[in-house]
Amino acid sequence: MSTVSTNVNPENSFQASIKDALLAAFLTGVLGFYFLALRTDIAPGGLAVTTRWGLWFSAIAIVFAGRLLLNLFVWRTDKPVTRGLLSASAGVGTALPDLGKWLGRALFAFAVILPFFFIIFFPGQQRQYIDLAILIMTYIMLGWGLNIVVGLAGLLDLGYVAFYAVGAYSFALLSTHYEFIGFWTALPLAGLLAAFWGVILGFPVLRLRGDYLAIVTLAFGEIIRVVLLNWYEFTGGPNGISGIPKPTFFGLEFSRGEGGFADFFGLEFSTIHRFVYLYYIIFLLAIITNIVTMRLRRLPVGRAWEALREDEIACRSLGINTTNTKLTAFAIGAMFGGFAGSFFATRQGFISPESFTFLESAIILAIVVLGGLGSQIGVVIASIVMIGGIEMLRNIGFLSQIFGPGFDPTQYRMLIFGLAMVLIMVWKPRGLISTREPSAVLKEKKKIGADMVAQGEGH
Amino acid sequence: MEYFVQQLINGLTLGSIYGLIAIGYTMVYGIIGMINFAHGDIFMIGSFIALATFLVLTTVLGFAFLPVVLLIVLIVSMLFTSAWGWTVERLAYRPLRGSFRLAPLITAIGMSIVLQNFVQVTQGARVKPLPPQIQGGITLMEGNTENGAIVVQLSYMQIIIIVTTLVLMTLFTLLISRTSLGRAQRACEQDRKMASLLGVNVDRTISLTFVMGAALASVAGLMFLLLYGVIDFYIGFLAGVKAFTAAVLGGIGSLPGAMLGGLLIGLIEVFWSGYFSVEYKDVAAFSILAIVLIFLPSGLLGKPEVEKV
Repeated sequence: MSTVSTNVNPENSFQASIKDALLAAFLTGVLGFYFLALRTDIAPGGLAVTTRWGLWFSAIAIVFAGRLLLNLFVWRTDKPVTRGLLSASAGVGTALPDLGKWLGRALFAFAVILPFFFIIFFPGQQRQYIDLAILIMTYIMLGWGLNIVVGLAGLLDLGYVAFYAVGAYSFALLSTHYEFIGFWTALPLAGLLAAFWGVILGFPVLRLRGDYLAIVTLAFGEIIRVVLLNWYEFTGGPNGISGIPKPTFFGLEFSRGEGGFADFFGLEFSTIHRFVYLYYIIFLLAIITNIVTMRLRRLPVGRAWEALREDEIACRSLGINTTNTKLTAFAIGAMFGGFAGSFFATRQGFISPESFTFLESAIILAIVVLGGLGSQIGVVIASIVMIGGIEMLRNIGFLSQIFGPGFDPTQYRMLIFGLAMVLIMVWKPRGLISTREPSAVLKEKKKIGADMVAQGEGH
Repeated sequence: MEYFVQQLINGLTLGSIYGLIAIGYTMVYGIIGMINFAHGDIFMIGSFIALATFLVLTTVLGFAFLPVVLLIVLIVSMLFTSAWGWTVERLAYRPLRGSFRLAPLITAIGMSIVLQNFVQVTQGARVKPLPPQIQGGITLMEGNTENGAIVVQLSYMQIIIIVTTLVLMTLFTLLISRTSLGRAQRACEQDRKMASLLGVNVDRTISLTFVMGAALASVAGLMFLLLYGVIDFYIGFLAGVKAFTAAVLGGIGSLPGAMLGGLLIGLIEVFWSGYFSVEYKDVAAFSILAIVLIFLPSGLLGKPEVEKV
């Protein structure tokens, strides 16, 4: 890669490229043989194997051609065609602090007018787009909440969805059991309960670090899900809870006829009102999360979180109470997860344990890490790219014209999501927007970063 | 008493499978300090490869002599699954070596999602039932309870699983302790930079660690297939988490620890389902994980971690 020789590098010769591509194609053949060429299916009288040689050979051919082209033009050449692109992105990187600020403002302004934008410009699909915007906004909020735990305090939490579930079930159970509890009264309660669970789950795992913490939080997430699934009398088990009330606008319901929102304001009734309202609720909640996070970062506790993330031992020797610091991070992160959970419950009107699987935690964590740990705007961009991009796959009609009518792009959603996770991480390990600078920092640059020290460097 | 003995046998069988998967976790964690989250899915891949090989041999090629068929299936699925393990490491972990700690964990989770969905897309989401192939067993005890007669049986399947696990474990321990590869591996585990200065090919050693882990996981996959007779694309997640629990319980980085942890997790799960409730057996396994990590962070046979400043 970094050779500066004027002669042709033997690594870069045409033969080497061909050889490498052949190897890749051979490996594809080996890996794909049992999954692309063969397929086991249930047939009368047991399982039967069918063959799909066409698929197998085309996969091998695609890998060979793709690898060869990449070798010739990007990887194994002295003049990669992507060089211009790389230097451009490096330029963007240095101008980023400013750009990030302006991008943030622009995105905020767009988010404020978003429902009206869609109503005016996409009258046919407004409902679908606003619904997608609500979904993305929910993930932004969850991402920001988890960012407190992972990005600021550096505690890897793989069970964040547990708090999301606690919030959703708190609201659902409270509102279906007690008539007088509506969305707005249940919201703070759900947040408190989630924070309470954050502390309960946080206590035992405080002594753990890094990967161990990750795996225990994962276990807790699964425990909560299994309990929700099996505690039939209380949570409804796999059937979940339905009939969760919709939020009201100061007591006005979004219903047709007398006493509804549209009737009160003299508007013509439209189902879109409720979607716009829901959008603004989650927008408000997300903005509150963001503001609270930004404020907390400047308070002593926020500083302590960042110090904890950079170096726990130094933190302890400076007299910071790491237990309390970790617990507050867990509790506050969990609280926002709980808020988002009760919003989820009211939006769906129905919840079941299926919505709170490990995959959900993985998606939220992926958003935080891909966006760049600790970066608020990164979470927004990652949510839009990952969630928006994936949802867009549902609407791609032309693919089925290429691959035939039986082609269903939705079944590839998670496959593409996983691939995107791997590729973005390999391409930019620090996330799309890599600002992880502590708010308060010593002017002198350290010789070696804390993360390198953690890996055994610089002793 | 009879019930207890039967559960003990079942638990040891299940534990052997967990132990075989756990070795993959513990070796990878020992050498590069990451949780190979996709390892459970490598196990799933292994069981699919075993199923397809078995079907090709019996229905397409018409082999009928079961021991030979199973031996071929074992070897073929070990080879092919190893290729998967190698590729996952090459694509998702090697480019991130030297990056910050979270990065390979994220790609590992991504890889796990990719493998699951790849298998779902290419092989279908429905479960694949394979009728029991090895039947019969040895009756150890017979007893009477108020519910009727109870027979403690050690089935041939269980014997095969336990014996294979023992043989593989012995071979494996010899491999680690006697060969140059094992020595290179232990060297990388202690200090990767120093090992590379002394001429150990670190990248190759790490790749081979993944290959060995995948091979053992594929054996576990085959046994899971034969024991339960039902596989789908999702079996890797739970088995993976439990095997990781086993690795942690035994002390991560320690091979006998992984096996011991696997057996314990298998026993806990089986006894919990036998005496308390089947629904909460996963909760039991996960709670054990949390409790062990909190009170015994270095596991049963692990070395306590020294915190370097």
